[in-house]
Amino acid sequence: MIPQILVDGVTSGAMIALGAIGVTLTYGLLRFANFAHGEFATWGAYAALVIAGGLGTLLGPGATFGDLTFGWHLVAALLGAVAFTALLAAALDWVLFRKLRRQGNAIVLVIASFGASLALRSALEFGFGGQPYYYTREIAMTVRLGAGMRATLDQLVVLAVALALMTGTHLMLRYTALGRALRATSENPDLARLAGIDVARVVRVTWLLGGGMAAAAGVLLGITVQLRPSMGFELLLPLFAAAILGGIGSVPGAMVGGLVIGIAEAAAVPLAGAQYRAAVAFLVMLAMLLLRPRGLFGARDA
Amino acid sequence: MTGIASYLLFFVTVALTYGVATLGLNLQWGSAGLFNVGVAGFAAVGAYVSAWITAAPAQNHWGGFALPVALGWAGAMAASALVAAVVGAATLRLRADYLAITTFGAAISLQLVALNWQSLTGGPFGIAFIPRPFAGLAEQPLAFAAANCALVVAVAGLAFWGLERLTRSPWGRVLRALREDEAAAASLGKPPDRFRLQAFVIGAALIGLSGAMQAQFFGFISPDNFLPVFTFQIWVMLVLGGSGNNFGALVGAVVVWALWTGSGTLVSVLVPPDLQFRAAALRLVAIGVVLAAVLLLRPRGLLGERATVSRHVA
Repeated sequence: MIPQILVDGVTSGAMIALGAIGVTLTYGLLRFANFAHGEFATWGAYAALVIAGGLGTLLGPGATFGDLTFGWHLVAALLGAVAFTALLAAALDWVLFRKLRRQGNAIVLVIASFGASLALRSALEFGFGGQPYYYTREIAMTVRLGAGMRATLDQLVVLAVALALMTGTHLMLRYTALGRALRATSENPDLARLAGIDVARVVRVTWLLGGGMAAAAGVLLGITVQLRPSMGFELLLPLFAAAILGGIGSVPGAMVGGLVIGIAEAAAVPLAGAQYRAAVAFLVMLAMLLLRPRGLFGARDA
Repeated sequence: MTGIASYLLFFVTVALTYGVATLGLNLQWGSAGLFNVGVAGFAAVGAYVSAWITAAPAQNHWGGFALPVALGWAGAMAASALVAAVVGAATLRLRADYLAITTFGAAISLQLVALNWQSLTGGPFGIAFIPRPFAGLAEQPLAFAAANCALVVAVAGLAFWGLERLTRSPWGRVLRALREDEAAAASLGKPPDRFRLQAFVIGAALIGLSGAMQAQFFGFISPDNFLPVFTFQIWVMLVLGGSGNNFGALVGAVVVWALWTGSGTLVSVLVPPDLQFRAAALRLVAIGVVLAAVLLLRPRGLLGERATVSRHVA
């Protein structure tokens, strides 16, 4: 029982962590909570659905990898969806947030993101209707991991992909010039500008990165669960919780925070029932805000 | 003819129930700068409490005391204020956008309780047969609608008048001072946390009253009435009307409700039934775009906040 909670919690936590990277980066850099971030995950998942469907009609149904339920079509779709959503996030900043930032009131940005979230979600409902979609009708193979733990093969691959993406993001931020520029701007935008960093470019990169990672989270969620227009919006509270838990602006923090939230949610299911899952993220977040508002790894106070 | 008149009266009635919530949010946001993204949660508390107090006993939910509507509304305000006091005490000292996230989370959690605590709330089936005020007039539709409309106009007018008094009082000045420059106001001996909590609780009581009035006039509530879209509607009403301006809040509520029901009626008349779900979604896209456009093009709304200048300066 206990080890199984760990398996379920870690897989869903890895996806929360992927999405929370974007939340924590935009929050740290632009100082506002983006309520539209969950929609990037949804749009990514549906973009992959369209691309995979298109490839299927053009090239015929592709073979799956061994016992997995997906093959090259979905890998290509994942890459396409990440690129598409990264551009979507950057475009949303360009038409909406960039102009509002000039008015200088951070809260107006949050209200605008709330509106953008509703518009993006409803646009998907308009295009696809409310019913769930699946990438495939294949049945996922289950493997035993020992100690009474089971996972589907899909879950394990999804977990590996999520961890690889997170490690890649972390290394990029830590060791490349772009990553240093991003961290410097997040720390102090004025000083970064004085040091010759192109802040507008850093902002663009942040949206591309955050949007892309959210899209990946959405596709991975679509593989292990299903696609619904509300999937990203329901992910929003866990995303905020993970970002706050890890400390705003801290990418490793968001990863740890995501895993903690995922495990806490999975652990609460046998206690309170699956229907109260979303409230668990809220309670963990509230406790963190009251006890240690700067989060586990954060530098700044709330 | 009576049909149209009753419809118009009912339209004004419902629009003003939204107006009361918008007034409450205007006190929280417009005057005190408190960013409440959990409006739906406080409205839900008010609606359910009033339904328990006023509805007849029923098998599928708790309560059903069949008491007068006035008691239901008073109970709704008290309960919503109580929840706001608890949420506010825990979160008001956090920075503005953390308050937004926590109120958002609180509203989601309250909605989950409404959906899942079946024995208390009726679960997804909600609570039906919630009585309207003036039930004795139900035989004469026009008089019934007129009496209810007059009641809501009176309640909204009272809330408007009270808030105008409050925001012009020294208490309201302290709120605006705290919003503009907390350190300066605190240095003059005004404790920020206490004033903010008072504004948050009074605003939430009005939002709870609005939820209770809607429960009464729709006659039926379910968790679907209190999704984040409700919060969004109230915000659009306030932002469009002009935050910081109580009259603007009421105007915004009526204008947005007119657009909302008008577009809804158009959709149900013009769009074939199988496409209605999609048309409804498109309507939400339009509302989201309108909000963004107002923020970009006319950030002060239709009627902005009036500048307050000391008479000794002018």
